[in-house]
Amino acid sequence: MLIIKDTCVGCGVCVEKCPYDALSMEEGVAVVDHDKCTLCSACVKVCPVDAIEIEESESKAKIDISQYSGVWVLAEQRNNELLNVSLELVSEGRKLADELNEKLTAVVLGSDLSKAAKELVAQGADQVYIVEDEELAQYRTAPYTKVIAEMINKCKPEIVILGATHNGRDLGPRISARINTGLTADCTKLAIDKERGILLQTRPAFGGNLMATIICPEHRPQMSTVRPGVMTKEEANYERTGQIEYLEADLAAEDLSAEVKKEGVILKFKAEFSQEDLLTEIKQIVKEAHHSVNLEAADIIVSGGRGVGDPKGFAVIKELAEVLGGEVGASRAVVDEGWIEKDHQVGQTGKTVKPRLYIACGISGAIQHRAGMQNADLIIAINTDAEAPIFNICDYGIVGDLHKIVPMLTDVCKDILAEERK
Amino acid sequence: MVNIIVCIKQVPDTNEVKIDKKKGTLIREGVPSIINPEDKNGLEAAIRLKEENGGKVTVISMGPPQAKVALKEALAMGADEAILLSDRAFAGSDTWATAYTISQAIKEIDKFDVIFCGRQAIDGDTAQVGPQIAENLNLNQLTYVSEFTVVGEKVNARRELEQGYSELETSLPVLVTVLESINKPRYASIKGIVDAHRNQEVKVWTTADFKVDKSKLGLDASPTQVHETFVPVHETKGEILTGSHQDMVENLVKKLRSENVV
Repeated sequence: MLIIKDTCVGCGVCVEKCPYDALSMEEGVAVVDHDKCTLCSACVKVCPVDAIEIEESESKAKIDISQYSGVWVLAEQRNNELLNVSLELVSEGRKLADELNEKLTAVVLGSDLSKAAKELVAQGADQVYIVEDEELAQYRTAPYTKVIAEMINKCKPEIVILGATHNGRDLGPRISARINTGLTADCTKLAIDKERGILLQTRPAFGGNLMATIICPEHRPQMSTVRPGVMTKEEANYERTGQIEYLEADLAAEDLSAEVKKEGVILKFKAEFSQEDLLTEIKQIVKEAHHSVNLEAADIIVSGGRGVGDPKGFAVIKELAEVLGGEVGASRAVVDEGWIEKDHQVGQTGKTVKPRLYIACGISGAIQHRAGMQNADLIIAINTDAEAPIFNICDYGIVGDLHKIVPMLTDVCKDILAEERK
Repeated sequence: MVNIIVCIKQVPDTNEVKIDKKKGTLIREGVPSIINPEDKNGLEAAIRLKEENGGKVTVISMGPPQAKVALKEALAMGADEAILLSDRAFAGSDTWATAYTISQAIKEIDKFDVIFCGRQAIDGDTAQVGPQIAENLNLNQLTYVSEFTVVGEKVNARRELEQGYSELETSLPVLVTVLESINKPRYASIKGIVDAHRNQEVKVWTTADFKVDKSKLGLDASPTQVHETFVPVHETKGEILTGSHQDMVENLVKKLRSENVV
């Protein structure tokens, strides 16, 4: 419960900072509406006289967290090919492991993983655990949860991160509930708190209007999902794969401590499944060609927002994108309006992109949009409103009507490209 | 006959949330509370399933007393029963503790064949509580579902993937998290609204009304905690170009070429 102490001086800072509207001023002191308070602790930190406290009950169950060590990346494959996000996470996991001075382990399930395992070592993993089984060829909730939860229980990693793909967001919460630990979804930044040695997991909240740093202080492992395109993939180093040793282990074995301590190994685990684990059957997987908008991989993105005016207004955006060989992006506002398909949406509820060039046309730059594109190498903003927040994060800005500027820009680029071809 | 449970959450309409630029805080005043959009799709799917097969739809929510409004709306749309889990002991629950509390309440409800949830809530975007409930109740789960049919004990669903979809077959009981594209939620009829307010009650359950382990509730039991919250700030680094339209465009292209991006 949130407690306001006698030392409250009635400055009102907490009332302003409360994201839930749960605090008010009565007779010169702060008062809590406990029905609205979610104990988010935003007020505790801003109180200048330390008059706010969260009262803890004493019934907390503690687990021994000292037994846990090492960073795990749960890599994901489709048809035995690793997803890009998994390689991005190995690069990120490498940094976390180095900072903790611990090992980085990549874990991958599938049916034929020899190539994937080497790739994970080249990307920076100290060891790779693989489980190969026909039943694991395609992702399915039950058998994947069973194998990974068992591996975590036996090997006790300190940190487990996985991609926030559809499959990752199906699997992550299932595992966290089974092994009774916390999971933070869609992190945009991971860091180690050096003093406490814990993982700081930062993610957008309230549709990206606020950022929250989440910790999991008393449960292990600390688990996070991270969206594709958020972390940076480092160059792979295939010299690392020179001296790989292959080992085998049975997941059912009582003690795996000797095997899991070895570095520079690919450890093959054997797993078994019951009828119940295999209840859900995949009839077919259909790849849809028309979903060809690949914003995450695009080098150049030209995006349109409300300033485009109407669905037809996107023509100028599309034309510039075409001339530059880029993709078309959009803000949530215009996707909600139905001016363009959801595939094009960039932002907190859309896609996170990191192109070399991002041209934002008629986009005001609400935080939820910025959350998806602020890591672009170069950001150009074109908007009639000189006060639009997008100008705060752009490298170059033009205050003006996109319907005049963009076609002009298209023409100039066309001319230059035609010239270069000659 | 199909017995169906729908989990819903009352959320602030985040489309309407604005930031006070001077203070750097959220302005929540006047922001309406709504049923989380994808949860409404879950409710619609449940009502349709009941209309086809007969049965009962029970809606369940966890939240402060004012979340009753969301449950009344669910009753008006066509749910048969509504339960609000509301107790100060639940405050500060993260997804793990929320899923525990809701799972314990569902165990009190006789029997069910299908549990519907929205894929994720717009105020948190975590998509975690659904799968965590499925785990706690040891159920099959189907997430990101855009089509769903039940024939006898057999369940078929279309699950959306990043590029394409998969077709899955499993059996009852099952927990399903649905996408907005699965259906178009109906508007409550006038009769539905009148009935919901005159004849139907939202049951409020506190910790005294169902079996819970009190050491697994609320903030203290939540594995994750908010360490800090902040309004993201970005320093102004941009150069605003000036001059005539033609000047600005040419100047921009020059910059782009010098940075080697075009």
